[in-house]
Amino acid sequence: MEFNHVHKSKKRVDVYEKVTGRAKYGADMRFPDMLYAQTLYTKYPYAEIKNIDLDKAKKQTDVEAIITAEDVPNNKFGVIIENQQVLAEDKSLFIGDGIAVVAAKTAKAAARAIELIDVEYKELEGIYDPLKARKEGSQLIHEENESNQVIHHPLRKGNIKQGFLESDVIIKREYDTPFIEQSYIEPEAVVAVPYQENSTITVYGSIQNPFATQGAVASVLKEKLNKIRIVQNHMGGSFGGKDEVVSSMAARAAILALKTKKPVRLVNTRDQSIKESYKRHPYKMKYKIGATHDGQLKAMQIEAVADSGAYACQTPFVTWRSVVQATGPYEVANVKTDTYGFYTNNIYTGAMRGYGSPQVIFAQESLMDELAEELDMDPVELRLKNIYHNNSITASGQKLDSHQVSLEEVLTKAVEKSDFIEKYNRYKKEQTGDKKRGIGLSISFRGCSLGAEAIDAAGIILSLKKDGSVNLYSGLAENGQGLKTVYCQIAGEILGLDIDRINFMEVDTLISPDSGSTVASRATLIGGNAVKKAANNLKNRIKKFIAESYEQTEDDIVLKDGKIYGKKSIEIMSIAKMSSMAAMEGVCLTSYGWYVSPEISWDEEIGQGNPYFTYVYGCQVAEVEVDIKTGEINVLKMTAAHDVGRAINPANVKGQIYGGVMMGLGYGIMEELKTNQGYIQNTNFDEYLIPTVKDMPDIDPIIVENPDPDGPFGAKSIGEPTLELGAAAIANAVANAADKRIRSLPINLEQIIVGRKLSKGGGQK
Amino acid sequence: MKINLTVNGEKREVEVKPQTRLLDLLREDLDLTGTKEGCGKGECGACTVIMNNELVASCLVLAIQADQSEIITIEGLNCQDELHPIQKAFINKGAVQCGFCIPGMIMSSKQLLDENINPTEAEIKRGLSGNICRCTGYVKIIDAVKEAAHKMKSRGEDDD
Ligand code: FES
Ligand code: FES
Repeated sequence: MEFNHVHKSKKRVDVYEKVTGRAKYGADMRFPDMLYAQTLYTKYPYAEIKNIDLDKAKKQTDVEAIITAEDVPNNKFGVIIENQQVLAEDKSLFIGDGIAVVAAKTAKAAARAIELIDVEYKELEGIYDPLKARKEGSQLIHEENESNQVIHHPLRKGNIKQGFLESDVIIKREYDTPFIEQSYIEPEAVVAVPYQENSTITVYGSIQNPFATQGAVASVLKEKLNKIRIVQNHMGGSFGGKDEVVSSMAARAAILALKTKKPVRLVNTRDQSIKESYKRHPYKMKYKIGATHDGQLKAMQIEAVADSGAYACQTPFVTWRSVVQATGPYEVANVKTDTYGFYTNNIYTGAMRGYGSPQVIFAQESLMDELAEELDMDPVELRLKNIYHNNSITASGQKLDSHQVSLEEVLTKAVEKSDFIEKYNRYKKEQTGDKKRGIGLSISFRGCSLGAEAIDAAGIILSLKKDGSVNLYSGLAENGQGLKTVYCQIAGEILGLDIDRINFMEVDTLISPDSGSTVASRATLIGGNAVKKAANNLKNRIKKFIAESYEQTEDDIVLKDGKIYGKKSIEIMSIAKMSSMAAMEGVCLTSYGWYVSPEISWDEEIGQGNPYFTYVYGCQVAEVEVDIKTGEINVLKMTAAHDVGRAINPANVKGQIYGGVMMGLGYGIMEELKTNQGYIQNTNFDEYLIPTVKDMPDIDPIIVENPDPDGPFGAKSIGEPTLELGAAAIANAVANAADKRIRSLPINLEQIIVGRKLSKGGGQK
Repeated sequence: MKINLTVNGEKREVEVKPQTRLLDLLREDLDLTGTKEGCGKGECGACTVIMNNELVASCLVLAIQADQSEIITIEGLNCQDELHPIQKAFINKGAVQCGFCIPGMIMSSKQLLDENINPTEAEIKRGLSGNICRCTGYVKIIDAVKEAAHKMKSRGEDDD
């Protein structure tokens, strides 16, 4: 297929303002009379709030308003379970709970006032371990519940007992993973403006999901949705992280704005951000796997326990993704999986790039290598014997027959390109010296878009102007990933227009169609299909107009390079000219595209059904060098093969791979948000280390394309798969190098070799 | 107190408090919001500007320390509408995702290339080691600096 605008490495449409510093992010917004807000956080993770004395703080000069839970019309919100407090009411449930928020004429005055608020607490003994929270009879974090369980997702397939009976080899392993901070470089920022035009409140800022935030603010204020307006344009990264925490901040700022009748800006410092924003779920996982001597998997039994922290937030859905993907992309006839989430008094956990997959992939792909070792088989061979192919049946009983199952292709490509087999066997032998090399791999299948979590639909509005330029209104939002560019490319392809003729407008809940959240790597797939529909609707109207006015048949009409061609490819006129004529003739040049994804199904009782309508497949290979004297791990090279369906913008796809691989490397060997009895110990980038330019391995991206019948021009997803594989591949490489199996992230060899931690994070220097 | 400084070639007189950081002076008093705050602790590099020909983390510099100084921020890089070669290279190489680290990255790149127009890859990495980026994996940022070096060098040679 010949393309003019998609499948091309077009420059980003938002890049000019970003390299010149003109792009306005949340904290860059200015409004007349704007006030500066500051949040007072609880002093203890779990405490009764006996009294809040605001007198002194209120008397401070320049202080305009202070709110506490009493001022919040409806203090509890949440997308799935409404139990997140906007401000702590009777008790603080985790260390990032807010107690009061001050709005003042200057940031300094707000900070001073915060210090003058007197809070009387009664410290309580909290629960900081999900396994403790799970015990029957343990004290309840949310008293209205019967237990601390947020969710339990069972999955039952075949007969697990029989499966293990048929196995020659059975191994049992336990793995665990830590809290992870999304670490977007831009801390959360919102500005709430009261009574702007016809809205009660307008919130601007770094908001990942404008419609989720709109819903939360409306419910907190007890106001109608059509009175709450959210505007989002540039955002300094999110990775899943600017959802509930930002909604809560938006609600706080909104209440203050209504109280003072002035715009209120609430911007977190990094320390505040790390303390109050939700994290990636830590998991404790137990795996049991059985196979025959020749490597055929017979049974898998899995239990995964996630720490939900103080609130439900996204735990029910995060753990649901885990239950679907927990066995990995392997055909196993007998499976029993249980994933759980429990409340604790830790920092709450929610969405982060990958959602519930990186944890289980780390476990299950480590496990596959451990099993290969046990069977004395090479890890590629064991995988090839069991991976999904076309028409395979997954653990949830889904037949993969709607798209090309390309696991073997991605695996083979990555293995060949990285020279895996040769290196694996060479490194496995005795290596001389302290520095040992190792190579490891991991593979995954990943359900695209929301799946059975919710109905998956999105809308786009295109408005063709009289000069042939276009405004594009989307409900899905740019997070930095490049969505604006991809949508402009898709619209441009269909309308025959250069992407510089298309203006992607800020996401504004006033105009943009409610398309749910920009999550789950669904933007290109679901939103892209909506763009395609909107553009096709518009194109059909243009064709009809031209056919009627110029005695052409619609089938002969082609839109290309800004021009309209008719019979025998003869140019009729420019799209610009046509637009002005059509407008004069009363042709509607605004179109709507609404896309609803194919049907899916899920039986929550037994975890069976078709949870996603399509999947992407990936394989990453890590090559490492470990110093067995010091435990230092150096990742030398990552080879990453990903099937994206079709790369709408290959350069952007590579950008996603580079960024995701680095984030995966951080997950593998560096990052860990440390908590102690609910207190967070590393609240800034001097202690919470993320990969810098010095930690870069050589990254070799391999784009694999098997166009999906349900994707726009065949495109699927790339954002999340890139980060979910790295930690497992590195763990396997370390085992290959040093003959040490680490089952806990981040991989810290120093601890094992020297018996104590020499430096934070596990040795990447 | 009043301080005098030159920002992006323009003389400015600003009233500041003793605790005001250079970052706040730029962002709040002069409304130059291209310079970003990511950590407030000298760790992320988002607030990087050039002060008296040296790279500084403006979150660690007090405004009063900038009295009589010459500051260049991202807004001062492109003259009129012509982009600086580094900005062009960041665009061409697709080095930008969310963009939040980018002003700081570009300022560090500028300083690096002003001092050394022929940097090796290791020197580029050293030059950018104070700037963290969560989105890009740095690969294309390094490519962009290489391209900018190349362009600036040949431009310099053309001028001769
Ligand atoms: S804000 Fe100054 S270095 Fe991060
Ligand atoms: S582009 Fe997002 S932090 Fe660098």
